[in-house]
Amino acid sequence: MTAQFQSETDAILHPAGRPAQAGWKMTGRDVNVYYGAKHALKGVNLSLAERKVTALIGPSGCGKSTFLRSLNRMNDTIDICRVEGMITLDGQDIYAPSIDVVQLRARVGMVFQKPNPFPKSIYDNVAYGPRIHGLASNTDEMDQIVESSLKRAGLWNEVKDRLRDPGTGLSGGQQQRLCIARAIAVSPEVILMDEPCSALDPIATAHVEELIDELRENYTIVIVTHNMQQAARVSQTTAFFHLGEMVEVSDTDAIFTNPRDERTQGYITGRYG
Amino acid sequence: MTELAAAAPAGAEGASLRPSTRDLSPHMSDAARARLKTRYRAEQRFRAYGIAAISFAMLSLVILLWTILSNGTTAFFQTHIRLDVPVGADRLGLQGSGPWTPTELRLASWDRTINLAMQERFPAVTSRADRNLLSRMVSPGAGEDLRNMVIADPALIGRTVQVWALAASDIDMFWKGHIRRDVPEAERRVNDRTVGWIDDLTARDEIRSQFNTRFFTSASSVRPELVGVAGSVVGTLMTLLVCMALAVPVGVLAAIYLEEYAPKNRITDIIEVNINNLAAVPSIVFGLLGLAVFLNFFGMPRSAPLVGGIVIALMSLPTVIIATRAALRAVPPSIREAALGVGASKMQVILHHVLPLAMPGIMTGTIITLAQALGETAPLLMIGMVAFVTDIPNSVTASATVLPVQIYMWAGSPERGFVEKTSAGIMVLLVLLLAMNAVAIYLRKKFERRW
Repeated sequence: MTAQFQSETDAILHPAGRPAQAGWKMTGRDVNVYYGAKHALKGVNLSLAERKVTALIGPSGCGKSTFLRSLNRMNDTIDICRVEGMITLDGQDIYAPSIDVVQLRARVGMVFQKPNPFPKSIYDNVAYGPRIHGLASNTDEMDQIVESSLKRAGLWNEVKDRLRDPGTGLSGGQQQRLCIARAIAVSPEVILMDEPCSALDPIATAHVEELIDELRENYTIVIVTHNMQQAARVSQTTAFFHLGEMVEVSDTDAIFTNPRDERTQGYITGRYG
Repeated sequence: MTELAAAAPAGAEGASLRPSTRDLSPHMSDAARARLKTRYRAEQRFRAYGIAAISFAMLSLVILLWTILSNGTTAFFQTHIRLDVPVGADRLGLQGSGPWTPTELRLASWDRTINLAMQERFPAVTSRADRNLLSRMVSPGAGEDLRNMVIADPALIGRTVQVWALAASDIDMFWKGHIRRDVPEAERRVNDRTVGWIDDLTARDEIRSQFNTRFFTSASSVRPELVGVAGSVVGTLMTLLVCMALAVPVGVLAAIYLEEYAPKNRITDIIEVNINNLAAVPSIVFGLLGLAVFLNFFGMPRSAPLVGGIVIALMSLPTVIIATRAALRAVPPSIREAALGVGASKMQVILHHVLPLAMPGIMTGTIITLAQALGETAPLLMIGMVAFVTDIPNSVTASATVLPVQIYMWAGSPERGFVEKTSAGIMVLLVLLLAMNAVAIYLRKKFERRW
């Protein structure tokens, strides 16, 4: 772990444009985001390790969600938003003109703060992504995708008998797992989670956390959370954001036991935030 | 209070030496109680204003409906006179001994046949003036009815047929009590001799009210007893159809572009302001536009539902756009994000998610706009839809009129018989409006989805 973080520090210090190092799925170099005149993200350098969970923590309005949303260009939907710097996925600049944003979002999936299933059946919720991307050539294949996605999201046993019922009729925790199933059904490489448990009760939260741990085997996961215990439980790497800056990134164990920056120290000990 | 005291923990006695927090509370003083009372009174007054407003509105509605109903219901019944009509070829002026072609039959003297039958019913009437009066008791519609009957069954020629002949409007008005007997003869539309004949018919049960099917099957006429709404209802439906075919796709597409794609800049701001202004432009201005552009410049036919529909569509467009944009804006952003998050393109987000969710709102807004257009009169006057049309229009380019304009024309006619027809026309218009609103509610319920 320590060796790996050493190499990450190197990666951060590399000038923009250098090819990504092995083991890094996505890399942001000198990322600046502006909402109109507001400078929301200031020169962030952060790399995401492949098949690891990276947690982004920090007080409200610190830019962690902004950073997350620039990773799959969800910020594009906001008119006044401007992104500078470079973010790469497997070494390729995702803001390059040649990049197709639809394809990018299929590769970098997203789970939102509030469970937001489509007002369609459970089946259609999961099948929607594969359908628009043409991932299944017939109904049998689609059934398989839906089943395996729901299984991986740990929801299959609860909903297998009512796949035609509306997804909005599930409980909050189930809805969030349905949203995770919907995200993995497209076979993304990276899953971005924006406070996925903030609207859930502790039991549903535990469910989702277990799920994140299992998903780590196949996906690169980035999770924004306000809950530091959660960051400690599910992530391997933690990045601390403060006032638009990425203050510190390191091994999760290290950041919670031995933070290098006093702002990090202050936040995790509850002095502010 | 005693319960609270009982529940107080041991040792509370010592604390009771200090004034209780209840006595210190600013909410328990007499002044506070008075303030509270004032507040409740204000609240009650506020509610009373609301109830008064609703009562006033309900009362107005009841008076309106009562006036229309009491004036209009009689229009659905028309007075008929029983006649034994000998249908002779000689009386009809038919040459030869038949069979006659339908054209010959159509051109035969049906009114004369009816008049002769009337004279035979009242053999005592001999003077020329009285015979004229007698023939005016029966509407020309009676001859038409007999003609249709015989054309359908030519074997009736040479036989005596018992018919219920449609009475003229004055007779109808007298029989329904709208022309009163106690008015001096000089001021009465129906003179004493005619009244005598009507009494004679009444005594023998040869005059009665029948359901007025003609009102629903024919177009307008100069004679109140012959008018119908069919022509103007068909004209209205054609106009609305043209309006819908134009306003809905154009309005919805414009709204989708403005709401989802258009960049926010000066040009879209100007467009937006203009759409809102256009929604408030008086409708007669759109009529003038239709007159100048469609009739004079493009030379489109006058009085045609096509032009009426286009003009009304232009008038409804801003409202359709505004309603659609509001419906699109009401779709929660989380649904858009969810769709974008799985890699849907913008068009897929709109077509698969936003539009279906906005559909009930779009349809309700559109149908209510169309219902408004249904009652539109002013712009149609400008393009000549105020024409007197006695045929049911058979195409969107044929001369036609619409229901509100028809009502307006009937309301302006001097004959007493048009008063009830006007109210009956209003009733038909209201039923059409209610039907459209019912469709709007049904569609809303059907497409409404929870999220």
